[in-house]
Amino acid sequence: MGFKENALKRSLWVFHFSGGSCNNCDIELLDCLTPRYDLERFGIELVGSIRHADIIAVTGIVNRQCKPRLEKIYKQASKPVFVVACGACPCTGGIFKNSYHTAGPLDEIIPVDAYIPGCPPKPEAIISAIVKLRNKLE
Amino acid sequence: MSDENKNSKKERTVIPIGPYHPLQEEPEYFQLHVEGEIVKKIEWRTSYNHRGIEKLSQSMSYDQVPYLVERICGICSTSHPLSYVNAVEDLAEIEVPVRAKYIRTIIAELERLHSHLLWVGLAGHFLGFNTVWMWAWKYREPVLEIMEAVTGNRQNYAMMKIGGIRRDIDNEDIPSIKKMLDDLKPKVDLLRGAVMDDPIIHARTKGIGVLTPEDVHNYGALGPTARASGIKDDIRRDYPYAAYDIIDWDVIVEEEGDVFAKAVVRIKEMYESISMIHQCLDALKKENGEIETTVKEIPPGDGIGQAEAPRGEVFHFVRSDGTNRPVRHKVRAPSFCNVPTFEVTTVGETISDAAIILAAVDPCYCCTERMAVINSEGEKSLTGDDLIKMSQQKTERMRKSKKENK
Ligand code: SF4
Repeated sequence: MGFKENALKRSLWVFHFSGGSCNNCDIELLDCLTPRYDLERFGIELVGSIRHADIIAVTGIVNRQCKPRLEKIYKQASKPVFVVACGACPCTGGIFKNSYHTAGPLDEIIPVDAYIPGCPPKPEAIISAIVKLRNKLE
Repeated sequence: MSDENKNSKKERTVIPIGPYHPLQEEPEYFQLHVEGEIVKKIEWRTSYNHRGIEKLSQSMSYDQVPYLVERICGICSTSHPLSYVNAVEDLAEIEVPVRAKYIRTIIAELERLHSHLLWVGLAGHFLGFNTVWMWAWKYREPVLEIMEAVTGNRQNYAMMKIGGIRRDIDNEDIPSIKKMLDDLKPKVDLLRGAVMDDPIIHARTKGIGVLTPEDVHNYGALGPTARASGIKDDIRRDYPYAAYDIIDWDVIVEEEGDVFAKAVVRIKEMYESISMIHQCLDALKKENGEIETTVKEIPPGDGIGQAEAPRGEVFHFVRSDGTNRPVRHKVRAPSFCNVPTFEVTTVGETISDAAIILAAVDPCYCCTERMAVINSEGEKSLTGDDLIKMSQQKTERMRKSKKENK
């Protein structure tokens, strides 16, 4: 395991990208950080800058307005970076699949490492995805 | 500030906030035009969350639409379906059973509780008071737990249905729900203490971002934003739906119109919600009837439905031509009217206060997103990036033709 990978698995920092969501996934993601679930005890926290992030958590359908911005943000991220599709929307388009403004699903835009289905996924599901992702690094 | 400074002509700086900003959970884009510390002008643009819901709704049957409209906004995920079913029931003249009315009220008030708690937390976060954030979100969890027990889901409850509700509340569960509510009350007291008695919060929010009653009328502000400026405006009282005209409750009004008053209104409303849920639960014990009426078909016509969401009035308009799909479905969410009040509330305040003023109306951008298609004759709608691409292609073509001509 290289130095980068070793450093990466210590504490994963998450950048949250909302690309046209209904807000529920975003709230459940934030909920993971509050006392009930408290992901911060594992060193996982939300960061404000993409350059600090190890994970990009994408919620929402990624509409045509957000798509170029997501591509830009993905290019700016320091690699390796993991992309997590959080919720039914980025996984498949969900209920908005046939909308004229959908540019997704996410994996047609940028490579995705983990999918969390659910509308919205429960915080437990989000935590389980992050744990699986981390274990994959071992 | 010295007099000399005051008189010298200041340069205007534009501070962009967003669209992807660490403080915001939703993408939105603000431009603050500032002179020194003072905000002189604010501009905003959205559409980062636009999903084309009104159009999608026309391709779904009447029974499918509630699932779609509850995904307009995750926080108000019962106000939109409730308003939609009100509209269809208005259109088809459907009478809803009393038990269903009570359960609708319970779900709507639980939603208000969780939404206001969420707001108190976020407001604390915007002020840099993260303890309040963590507390409020911690005490929001029991509300979500009740939701999960009653509806089967933490969010997106899927309870509303044309003519009634989808799931009944078991009368045996009522004592446990009541106990959870009783446990919640001391925690709301705690938050009330943390907000109402804290000198730092007073200093940061009193007299900040004042919205006058005239401006409420000018901008058509709704919900707690209007009620904090002394306007007694509440759809639950003015055009009662569900069980609001049967139970006993008060419209909370404050006079000052500043950020603090908005917080006070929301905190007091939480107590009202708790008391309303208690009343409805008591009534459920006696009211054992049907929870839905059978709906055969939707006749042609127009229907309007309103509901008081945690942020204000949600308005739905449905037009039917007698088929199984709406031919037009129009949605107006409260933030659509509340957000433009930023134009008057932020101007003249400092940059550091702008954040909490923006947060004070509890804006919800995913409800509000609109898209304007200019020249609808063409088949395609274009975004800014498409236009840039097209102009680049045109330049390329011109260059080529120039070369060929040489
Ligand atoms: S997956 Fe569901 S809950 Fe999440 S953003 Fe999409 S519609 Fe909302």
